[in-house]
Amino acid sequence: MAEPQQLRPDGSDPDPLAVAERWCEEGRGVAVATVISTWGSSPRPVGSQLVLDEDGRFAGSVSGGCIEGAVIAEGIEAIRDGRPRVLDFGVSNERAWEVGLTCGGKVRVYVEPVED
Amino acid sequence: MKHPLLHAVLEARTRKRPLVLVTELGSGRQWLQIEGEPASGLDPGVSEAARDALRRDRSETVELAGAGYFLHVMSPPLRLFVVGAVHIAQALVPMASLLGYAVTVIDPRRAFVTGERFPGVTVVTDWPDEALDAAGLDARSAVVTLTHDPKLDDPALRVALDSPAFYIGSLGSRRTHARRIERLAGAGFAPETLARVHAPVGIDIGAVTAAEIAASIVAELTAGFRKR
Repeated sequence: MAEPQQLRPDGSDPDPLAVAERWCEEGRGVAVATVISTWGSSPRPVGSQLVLDEDGRFAGSVSGGCIEGAVIAEGIEAIRDGRPRVLDFGVSNERAWEVGLTCGGKVRVYVEPVED
Repeated sequence: MKHPLLHAVLEARTRKRPLVLVTELGSGRQWLQIEGEPASGLDPGVSEAARDALRRDRSETVELAGAGYFLHVMSPPLRLFVVGAVHIAQALVPMASLLGYAVTVIDPRRAFVTGERFPGVTVVTDWPDEALDAAGLDARSAVVTLTHDPKLDDPALRVALDSPAFYIGSLGSRRTHARRIERLAGAGFAPETLARVHAPVGIDIGAVTAAEIAASIVAELTAGFRKR
């Protein structure tokens, strides 16, 4: 997996959509992943976004880090087949600490390719 | 997402326009609902739900007419204008920043306004009325005056009361506030307009220290936005 984008000088996340647009303009295939529902407490709120390109570079986040890999893999598929998809992730309480969904929560993520 | 739509979202953000990106989850079709503008081609019921989400500042998934939609609210940060670079401001500014406010400190007394006292926030040394006029107060803006000095507080309150700001607060005892209300009434403000000024500022938690007063102010500010 590629390194995430650097933080801005003030320490905040880069605006993922601005990164997506820049990558599009560079001619890369790009997908956007958005947290659309959460159950229980979850590390990133509804509306959190991660953008990625066809090589797996990404910016932003949709979790504490546990589902990013799966989301990026699905995003690369979405860039290839041009179809959006809804992904569900649920984690049992025992696994929750290991993977970062500390609550045993569930998240639903919408993944869509950016098209011309 | 179509690239032109992505561009439109970013452009509206640059203009600091609150917006909702509406996605029909089954089909992937999308619409942009920008505050105060019609969303062309969007079902009126869905548009209504999007505007409601915008008002509540809350992204959510909804089922409408048998279809699932994600309403993604992308609003610029709430703005807080603090008039008076005083001791309480030094506690209030970081607390409000933590709550996500874009904070501006206004004080024409240059000695008060140094970057060291207020790291990381916008500081303005114009007169409060000029600074607030230039800022263009809207329904996502709040104004808190902290100087106790009518020369500084009153002009700020006059601009705030003429605006749709969701919260206006003014530091000062009941007596100070009674005199302030008299002056503003004399300037032509109606009693129901003057009732918008929260004073004594902050919810009553028996605050004593500057930090406690700041905590009571951010609590009232939050209520002012969430319970509006």
